Amino acid sequence: MRRKKKIKNIGVHLLLSVLAIIWVSPLFWIVLTSFRAQKGAYTSSFFPKEYTLNNYIKLFTDTQILNFPKMFGNTLFIAVVSCIISTFFVLSVAYCMSRLRFKLRKPMMNIAMILGLFPAFMAMVAVYYILKAIGLSEGAMIRVALILVYSGSSGIQFYIAKGFFDTIPKSVDEAAMLDGATKWQVFTRITIPLSKPIIVYTVLTTFISPWVDFIFARVICRANAEYYTVAIGLWQMLEKEYVDNWYTCFAAGAVCISIPIAILFILMQKCYNESMSGAVKG
Amino acid sequence: MDLINAIKKGDLITRASALVMGLGNILRGQIIKGILYLAAEIGFIVFMALYGWQCLAALPGLGSREQGEIWNEALGVYEYVQGDNSLLILLYGIAVLFIATGFICLWAGAVKSAYTVQVCREQNKHVNTFAEDVKSLFDKNLHKLLLSLPVTGILIFTILPLIFMIAMAFTNYSKVDGHLVLFDWVGLDNFKQMFDVSGSLGKTFWSVLGWTIVWAVFATALNYILGMLLALLINRKGTKIKGFWRLIFILSIAIPQFVSLLVMRSMLSQDGIINVMLKNAGLIEKALPFFSNATWARITVIVVNLWIGIPYTMMQVTGILQNIPMELYEAAEVDGAGPIVRFFKITLPYMLFVTTPYLITTFTANINNFNIVYLLTKGDPVLSGSTAGKTDLLVTWLYKMTVDYQYYNLGAVIGIMTFVFLAIGSLLVYRRTKSYKDEEGFQ
Repeated sequence: MRRKKKIKNIGVHLLLSVLAIIWVSPLFWIVLTSFRAQKGAYTSSFFPKEYTLNNYIKLFTDTQILNFPKMFGNTLFIAVVSCIISTFFVLSVAYCMSRLRFKLRKPMMNIAMILGLFPAFMAMVAVYYILKAIGLSEGAMIRVALILVYSGSSGIQFYIAKGFFDTIPKSVDEAAMLDGATKWQVFTRITIPLSKPIIVYTVLTTFISPWVDFIFARVICRANAEYYTVAIGLWQMLEKEYVDNWYTCFAAGAVCISIPIAILFILMQKCYNESMSGAVKG
Repeated sequence: MDLINAIKKGDLITRASALVMGLGNILRGQIIKGILYLAAEIGFIVFMALYGWQCLAALPGLGSREQGEIWNEALGVYEYVQGDNSLLILLYGIAVLFIATGFICLWAGAVKSAYTVQVCREQNKHVNTFAEDVKSLFDKNLHKLLLSLPVTGILIFTILPLIFMIAMAFTNYSKVDGHLVLFDWVGLDNFKQMFDVSGSLGKTFWSVLGWTIVWAVFATALNYILGMLLALLINRKGTKIKGFWRLIFILSIAIPQFVSLLVMRSMLSQDGIINVMLKNAGLIEKALPFFSNATWARITVIVVNLWIGIPYTMMQVTGILQNIPMELYEAAEVDGAGPIVRFFKITLPYMLFVTTPYLITTFTANINNFNIVYLLTKGDPVLSGSTAGKTDLLVTWLYKMTVDYQYYNLGAVIGIMTFVFLAIGSLLVYRRTKSYKDEEGFQ
């Protein structure tokens, strides 16, 4: 019996190892490519023949054609601002839907759900023309336009935060209100301090989205390479005219972006799990 | 209802407030509030007279003047005349309709407010000062304060564009016959064209729709079951270093999707590393047609999606799996049920019960899964003469129709059809779930 169990355990671990190799190999491959000395997309072996750091150096110093440091700066700026706005929007809406009672609450929640069913970028072309009509489609205003696109309608994604607020016992609010606190004070002094995991979760999700979106960024930046975000920049490196010279740099860029994003993502997941287990542990 | 009541029971001043907004408030002591209402009304009238009216008037015809040069008799030169731009006319027209709707709500608020003051005065109750009104925004009316900005954002960046696009589905805004600057309303023509099975467009539509459904069902079901099995495999008692295994699998979704998918694309391409390695090992002679053969490409998309989807499901269900009461398993084991029976009789029904909303969200996300198809195959292989490739989903087809081919009207039709399809399905299921009915069950 014990022997049988041992064999089974070994089998499971072997299976997991094989799966793990399948799952990690593309990641491993991109890291290897980023250190490859030989240029171009084509390669004849899994492991490079020579290793070099030049791809990283070129990525950060060769700013003539594709200015990666600038793209990085653009994205960081856009991500920080839109993350602040979105977090504020999401938390406000979630609190209203969870705690306050008003006539339009149920209709609003239903509308939010229905809107979620439309393909997100169906309205992309329309958004571009709206931004153009209010004069945000040229020059430095492109950054403002991107911030608005990422944060403007973020209030609609309130469901997870609302679910979290729902787990905070109402008796806490009631006790505070008996002591004469206004609803605003309940929101800022009681709900917010109790909601650390969901706030961190919201901050991280909204911070990550500008880094990984390339659909909206491409439509809004068009040919204005000065305002590109990293996602379009990396996409650009794989286009026909650049791919031969920039393929290994793409790998280097992908590694540079993926490491911080992956760390943030794992942090975010931790907060998500924490917040799913409720606000006040009984 | 409140509005009708206010007009019925209101006195002369209250009724006059329906014409001159804020009059009731000003005469009865709420001076600042009344002036604000009045200012809003004047502002709206000025706006409508200067711009709004023109925009609305042009909406039914969508403009007809072409741009070009016109002979100017007096000066004796050709003058350049800017023609109408139907797109802008449509956009501004809809925006004005939005503003007008907003104003009507404000107007109703003003009449109700006038009636409220009237009642307060009649019953000798306290009439709120402006300072008290502002204060109530932080307490009784906190929702107005907190929701105003986010809702404005949603109105401008989600609802307005959406209505704009829906309106486009009823026009001939496309590059066909050069309707890119000036276009007209055409009613339901685009929809007829889309549903007509004998036309080339109709054929493409139905085949893309078919593949979208097949894709969504496979992607959702396989990811769900395999992801759960992986989670069970890691969760089981005998497995060591659980955290390490989880981390390995989560890594693949932690990195941005456009990176991992673009890497996958170059690995699987005609002379990508996978084909090269298989050739070197002598397993194949010719490169495998991962993206050039329709069936291969479809399977590739589903398999690559497993690479992303399995860890994702694993991550989502790990916590829930640990909540399944152990007694159920123990009882089943006593009764002699093997692991397979236990999975299908206990784990799966329990999980289905708890995670129905999650499944619906995943299904919706898969129908709208733009990234995987666009980054991996770009919809290829494309048969010549068709606008959609064999792996194109409705969403990627929509994207191609608008961005590449400039059939804006047909793109909008596809979007609407996607929505209708999703809405009917998920709304029906969602409204039956427990989490919707008992929203406040545990508060």
